[in-house]
Amino acid sequence: MNYFSQAIAWIADPANASGPNGVWARSWEHLWYTILAVVLASVIAIPLGYLVGHTGRGRGLVVASSGAARALPTLGVVTLVGLVLGVGLIAPMVALVLLAVPSVLAGAYAGIEAIDPRTVDAARAMGMSEWQILTRVEMPLGLPLLIGGLRSATLQVVATATLAAYVGAGGLGRFLFLGLKTQDYPQMLAAALLVVVLALILEGVFEISERVTARRLHTH
Amino acid sequence: MIRFQDVCKSYPDGTEAVRDFTLEAPTGKTTVLVGSSGCGKTTLLRMVNRMVDPTSGAVWIDDENVADVPPVPLRRRIGYVMQNAGLLPHRKVIDNIATVPLLNGVPKAQAHARAAELMELVGLEARQANRYPDQLSGGQQQRVGVARGLAADPNILLMDEPFGAVDPLVRADLQAELLRIQRELEKTIVFVTHDIAEALALGDQIVILAKGARIAQAGTPQQVVAEPADDFVADFLGLGRGTLDLHLRETPTGTLVVDGHGRPAGRLVEPG
Repeated sequence: MNYFSQAIAWIADPANASGPNGVWARSWEHLWYTILAVVLASVIAIPLGYLVGHTGRGRGLVVASSGAARALPTLGVVTLVGLVLGVGLIAPMVALVLLAVPSVLAGAYAGIEAIDPRTVDAARAMGMSEWQILTRVEMPLGLPLLIGGLRSATLQVVATATLAAYVGAGGLGRFLFLGLKTQDYPQMLAAALLVVVLALILEGVFEISERVTARRLHTH
Repeated sequence: MIRFQDVCKSYPDGTEAVRDFTLEAPTGKTTVLVGSSGCGKTTLLRMVNRMVDPTSGAVWIDDENVADVPPVPLRRRIGYVMQNAGLLPHRKVIDNIATVPLLNGVPKAQAHARAAELMELVGLEARQANRYPDQLSGGQQQRVGVARGLAADPNILLMDEPFGAVDPLVRADLQAELLRIQRELEKTIVFVTHDIAEALALGDQIVILAKGARIAQAGTPQQVVAEPADDFVADFLGLGRGTLDLHLRETPTGTLVVDGHGRPAGRLVEPG
């Protein structure tokens, strides 16, 4: 409890709030890393997931390779890529994207797979082209599960983005590693709490967008 | 006119859904394909709009082999109504009905005006236009499905057990509405069902199918009931089992029509 109140005091201390190494700056940086990683993962995983979901082909391959990607130890990937490409943002970003891809991919193709096949059949029989089926039927109806995939990817990334500081990049991990080196446990705990707060805020954003989407789609 | 010419459909695993099927569905009439599940009737229906391509043989619409028409434009000029309506759950009733005209590039206002007319034709109230499919009853959804099938004013309407999932009263209602609409519009309808009563109620031409889409008998409702071609047809109609073997019985309150088991099937009234 002592550490806990010290951690709160550390966060509340105006001296720690501002400046390039302040709580605000590092929190924004952490959020930015998270968004960047999820966006990059989406650029790869959403088109691939839609392709698999729409055609029904390559599902086994995708499931197997995303399972393998999930099994990769993130710290190992950061270290390995860091050794090759040097310190900075690239190594942790590669690791975070690898971490996010499987969830986004699963959300994209599961969203399409979960649609009543009769709805898709009817759309095709009406004379929709395959592209129109994808964009006007499968993408909107698959949205709730895709958002679910983005949600779990974001949560994993926001927690893991602390590793960026391990190879010299920023984010809330800075306080963690600094605290570890200097045995400043209140600072470490403060960093962890800030990550939790950030994760909860992101959860709230996703919760709202899932509800709004479900209501707009009438899929419940 | 739709003409099936020696069509076969077999699948890589060796099953033969349709074998050497030849039939003409005349223009402006309702042809009902009736048979048990798995007899290939839906496969035949889906060959008309190329949802299924025959392994051999050809399907003609007037003088045009459908295999020569790209599927997407072909489907847009053929109405299709399916079981459970198959409506898009994320679109309002009015937009569901207007799907095909909108795909064809008709301006939205015009497509919606047309959809509103069709809602009236199929017996939907105007206030249902802005509802979503999940806010409608099964019967209403099916009406939306019929309106959607008619939206691009197709000459041909394909109906795949469209009233199979609604309760008997609603089903009778929908059948009556379809007869009324058909008197007005005179579409070339191919209608698939497993219900012989429905076939007799709706068909100008009835085609009774056995396994592999073998035609057991084709003719008017009158022909198939009066002169069933063989035991299979008689059995399918329920002749000999009493369902359609009716006779009259006088009662103090009027003349009843009773079936082979002596159960009342209806009453005798003056036509008109």
